[in-house]
Amino acid sequence: MKIGTMTVKTGLAEMLKGGVIMDVTNAGQAKIAEEAGACAVMALERVPSDIRAAGGVARMADPEKIREIQETVSIPVMAKARIGHFVEAQILEALEVDYVDESEVLTPADESNHINKWSFKVPFVCGAINLGEALRRIAEGAAMIRTKGEAGTGNVVEAVRHMRTISSEIRRLANMDGNELFMAAKDLRAPYELVKWVAENGGLPVVNFSAGGLATPADAALMMQLGADGVFVGSGIFKSADPAARGKAIVEATTHFNDPHILAKVSAGLKEAMAGLDIKEIGEENLIQFR
Amino acid sequence: MERGKSTIHHPPSTIGVLALQGAFREHCRALGRAGAAAREVRRWRELEGLDALVIPGGESTTIGKLMVGYQLLEPVRELAAAGLPVFGTCAGLVMLAREVTEGNQPLLGLMDITARRNAFGRQVKSFEADLEAPLVGKKPFHGIFIRAPWIESAGVDVEVLAEYDGHPVAARQGNMIVTAFHPELTDDLRLHRLFLTMVSSSFPEMRRAKASGPAGSRQV
Repeated sequence: MKIGTMTVKTGLAEMLKGGVIMDVTNAGQAKIAEEAGACAVMALERVPSDIRAAGGVARMADPEKIREIQETVSIPVMAKARIGHFVEAQILEALEVDYVDESEVLTPADESNHINKWSFKVPFVCGAINLGEALRRIAEGAAMIRTKGEAGTGNVVEAVRHMRTISSEIRRLANMDGNELFMAAKDLRAPYELVKWVAENGGLPVVNFSAGGLATPADAALMMQLGADGVFVGSGIFKSADPAARGKAIVEATTHFNDPHILAKVSAGLKEAMAGLDIKEIGEENLIQFR
Repeated sequence: MERGKSTIHHPPSTIGVLALQGAFREHCRALGRAGAAAREVRRWRELEGLDALVIPGGESTTIGKLMVGYQLLEPVRELAAAGLPVFGTCAGLVMLAREVTEGNQPLLGLMDITARRNAFGRQVKSFEADLEAPLVGKKPFHGIFIRAPWIESAGVDVEVLAEYDGHPVAARQGNMIVTAFHPELTDDLRLHRLFLTMVSSSFPEMRRAKASGPAGSRQV
């Protein structure tokens, strides 16, 4: 009997596919998310749009809050650790969260190194804006990838950019001659073995969700049609006027992403979406995705 | 493809894989390798003309809610009652169970078992282990358990196919087969092949099986 293997780590991500992972900050929200059909919840102190507004240092959520959420729902509970903060990750593992998100949404704790995720039994999901970043995280032991988007903006443009970037970089690799892969690995700053795997298989070796800026059922379906395996919705649900209805609509849109009639039906009559931000107004120095 | 080796189904059976959420692609791939044609099912109309149905792993609460919302529970119950073979893995086991030990999520309730969800614990307790499953051969079956359920209790008509640590983790009853683990995440096709033999033995009646949606719900 073996626990904590890469197979069981990636296996949970496989089971989450086609689903919606919702950010929640307390047990009440977690219950609403589960009722809406979320396949998992992400426990955090504040949703990204509030983190963005508050400024300062954003850290791992209070363990008491995470426990409360774990006791309330039967679906998987994920939680965020700061980039490079392996002690926050150790704490989250001790709490038996189901996935750790080593997340750029929190303030990074280490500007050069990510967590060595191989030394944990708990699986990790990490953000990426391009293929090289995705493969570096996988090399460090990430069992799941999510494209970063720009969290807390309610603007899907960056999520689209990152998903399209990764897909087109994968297609480029798949068309390369074997001799070109060495140089490609150097350009991507990623291990040759992983680059070769992607070239041969035409996809990432782990599940890839979309995240960052999704606010509507149509946003979720757009990301699914662009090739996401599932979606994370952060501020988009609990910063909207009717989280329960919007959550359910986004779940249905993620399942029926290829059926415009269902998409029209579930998009109708939802109250106000979260207020959105234009990426240009944020200023490059305030973008989370480059962390 | 190993279609040439198959002696059990001519022409290839069409197996529906419930594709609301979870690991449905992996089942489609495994069924294809075992010589059947797989088709994703998201709406009750898509149940029409199937020879069998797979309910994959995923989150059983999510799958249950979507089955309710898209009027799939009743048609699947009717087809299974009429003899349609059904294979449920992990969340699929939970969906097929008569009841679960905790909570009140929507279930198909077709198999005389009580399921305990997340029975082995949270993800850090997810594991791999070799299982004795004599019905599919002497070689142990490699079980991948992801926040897996187990069968807490089973009726007399239920045949246990494999156990782990004293708990039933694979079982069969009539036209239904369930596993708490994920054969679709391995290259071992023996359980999918066993399922396909159940499909061919219910042939040809099931060729005529037609989905009948619930009255008054024919729009979406």
